[in-house]
Amino acid sequence: MRVLNEICRQPTALFGLAVVVTVIVMAIAAPLIAPFNPDEQMFDGLTLEGAPMPPGGPFLLGTDTLGRDLFSRMLFGARTSLIIGLVANGIAVAIGLFVGITAGYIRGWAGNLLMRFTDLMMAFPALLLAIVLAALLKPSLWIVAMVIALVNWVQVARIVYTETRGLVERDFILAERSLGAGHGRILFLHILPHLIPTAIVWGTLGIATTVLLEATLSFLGIGVQPPDPSWGNIIFESQSYFQAAPWLVFFPGAVILLTALAFNLVGDALRDILDPTQRGRG
Amino acid sequence: MSNTTSRPATVLSVRDLSIDARTPSGLKRILDGISFDLAAGETLCLAGESGSGKSVTSLAIMGLLPKASLRVASGEIRLGEIDLLRLSERAMRQVRGGDVAMIFQEPMTSLNPVMTVGTQLVEAIREHQDTANAEDVARRMLDAVRIRDPTRRMTQYPHELSGGMRQRVMIAMALSCRPKVLIADEPTTALDVTVQAQILKLMRELKQEFGTSIVMITHDMGVVAEIADRVVIMQNGKTVEQGDVLEIFRRPAAAYTRELLAAVPRLGTYAGTDQPPRVSSAPVRPHFPKPVLEVSDLTVTYAGKSGWFGRGAEAQPTVKGISFRLQAGQTLGLVGESGSGKSTTGKAVLGLIPFKGSVRIDGQDIAGLSARAMQPIRRTAQMIFQDPYASLDPRMNVGTAIAEPLVIHNIDNASERRDRVAALLKRVGLTPDAAERYPHEFSGGQRQRICIARALALEPKLLIADESVAALDVSVRARVLDLMLELQEQMGLAYLFISHDMAVIEKMAHSVAVMRDGELVEMGTRRQVFEEQRDSYTRELIGAVPIPDPEVYRRNLRS
Repeated sequence: MRVLNEICRQPTALFGLAVVVTVIVMAIAAPLIAPFNPDEQMFDGLTLEGAPMPPGGPFLLGTDTLGRDLFSRMLFGARTSLIIGLVANGIAVAIGLFVGITAGYIRGWAGNLLMRFTDLMMAFPALLLAIVLAALLKPSLWIVAMVIALVNWVQVARIVYTETRGLVERDFILAERSLGAGHGRILFLHILPHLIPTAIVWGTLGIATTVLLEATLSFLGIGVQPPDPSWGNIIFESQSYFQAAPWLVFFPGAVILLTALAFNLVGDALRDILDPTQRGRG
Repeated sequence: MSNTTSRPATVLSVRDLSIDARTPSGLKRILDGISFDLAAGETLCLAGESGSGKSVTSLAIMGLLPKASLRVASGEIRLGEIDLLRLSERAMRQVRGGDVAMIFQEPMTSLNPVMTVGTQLVEAIREHQDTANAEDVARRMLDAVRIRDPTRRMTQYPHELSGGMRQRVMIAMALSCRPKVLIADEPTTALDVTVQAQILKLMRELKQEFGTSIVMITHDMGVVAEIADRVVIMQNGKTVEQGDVLEIFRRPAAAYTRELLAAVPRLGTYAGTDQPPRVSSAPVRPHFPKPVLEVSDLTVTYAGKSGWFGRGAEAQPTVKGISFRLQAGQTLGLVGESGSGKSTTGKAVLGLIPFKGSVRIDGQDIAGLSARAMQPIRRTAQMIFQDPYASLDPRMNVGTAIAEPLVIHNIDNASERRDRVAALLKRVGLTPDAAERYPHEFSGGQRQRICIARALALEPKLLIADESVAALDVSVRARVLDLMLELQEQMGLAYLFISHDMAVIEKMAHSVAVMRDGELVEMGTRRQVFEEQRDSYTRELIGAVPIPDPEVYRRNLRS
């Protein structure tokens, strides 16, 4: 409740929250809102010359090259993209946190081994890895989410590792140890809460990148399989028609940007609100 | 106010300087109408506790105020005929390092670690002087600050020099352009007392040689007494009192000045006593010689980079086979300069770092015990750290922090714990509603009380206090020390009191151990160590402590 109150007091955060909620509601209610079947290639969806229809008329945002309604496709695409953005990204941050904290806390040879593995993953081209993974497993939405998570945790791990190492050296951790606190207690009560801001920032920043990574995979044919729409693959499918039908790239692009920005704003606000050291200031 | 008759010319004059801080809730005045004059060849001390605005004043003179957060509201700063506040940034750059130079508290961080000392010095000289032979000037400057073998020193990097040596380099750099005014912001605070004494002496001599006037910012009334001609006492952004240093020390007019001077620990105050002063009316506990801590042949070697607390590789043992014992209800003062291994000893005694030798807490040897086996022993021995803010989890409220040890050791249920936390807070002189707040909402002294409350939660017999009052202002420090004495009298605590401050040790300790380079050079009762010391290093250490009495220095200078 307090969190909600605080968000309402910050206009930017409130805007972010409004956008996020709208996008989520529209994604969930897609079948109710969508004016057309997103996969239906409509005869009157193309001009007589066979070009996509510009926005306006029965097609709110125009149609794509196959005569499908762009607005409906974007509504259903929101489902895919949100799942990818939230789930894949969430898993990536979780793995990153786990690996980073573990390596930073235990150090020694085991910690070193973990971090060298992380470095290896970092050095390995992420896209290539994703291609290999996606090729080995039968493509589906959840597999794509998994693949993206397995590629994206690396940076988080790296940053969390460095932060954890710094935290472990701090006096309050030493104080905790001198009180007789066990490792679990130190890790969960005294280290993890300090990493939440990092996790939030990375989590929200990662949404845009994951949505685009999914698009890349789709473009390569190993992502979400057509005709299922996602914001990313709508852009990629129509990129060669950019000059003839700019709306096909503009609308999904704008939506990705707006959503990423909104998550970012909410994340920033959350980070400040959840930080007790900011309380009573100002 | 001092009379200004027949004083030499004024070099720097600050008039009605007010500075506002930008806070989310609007402007907040942090410096309110400060005025003072600096005469040629004079040393003026701006003295005050934290938050008094003394450092902000010095930054304003240098034109180095962080513009994003601070703003000069009114006033003027005159250097000769020019008002520094009206100068452009370009003109100010000429003044900085030319007419006005500054040295800082931490010489390591104010030198560039990847450039040799010589390069930095030469660069500073070239910036302001048109000289073909900057290297020569640099060498002469190093010579002037009494650095031996300047040619070799110039090729070295800052980390290769000791703290005192680095501060000398900073002084050389500041004086290289023969500034009219040298601003020194706590230049000796980070240094050991013996080094501090040398640097203060050097500054006094250089003032003569270079004809520079000095503005010295310090919290230490001992330093004021030693170096100042005049002093400005500041509190909460206002001038409390200013005048001749002898006057102020002899006849302080303001109540705050009297308080400040009374709170300054004076070495020798407790001479001729065998135990710390009594502060409570608790009955004197009969003294049974029962050791709570026996340390024999303790050796600690940092294992280099893989160790828990290893900072860089160190093959040499930090603590070399020391032995001592501490009786119940008594205080052992462990004194030494930085790098002597005293803090390491404190950590090893609690089993926080691996060690060799034997440490017995309340009769039980902790050598090689696992974390789990240590658990019950932790109830007997607790630690209070130097920086109370750093040793409290900033994201945890105070009540939870104090209850932590109870939760860890599974004592009481939630409501009993709450009562106990309230009682502990009262015990250390705080109100129980402090439990709901977070560490950043408290002052330094209050935070240290919180740390003490947390350490007391388990009702230990032994407290290890590692420089526990070093980060506190003098007036606050005196109160925290009194609290610790009171707790000892009432609860029969034993303290291992680790400090670099001889005056604090003299107040607190029953017996004293002097450490140097990981070895105990002298150990004995307080009377033996402070009055009949046998070791020359102990004597040097005691002799270097600044005495908060300017007349002593005047007398010494004359003779």
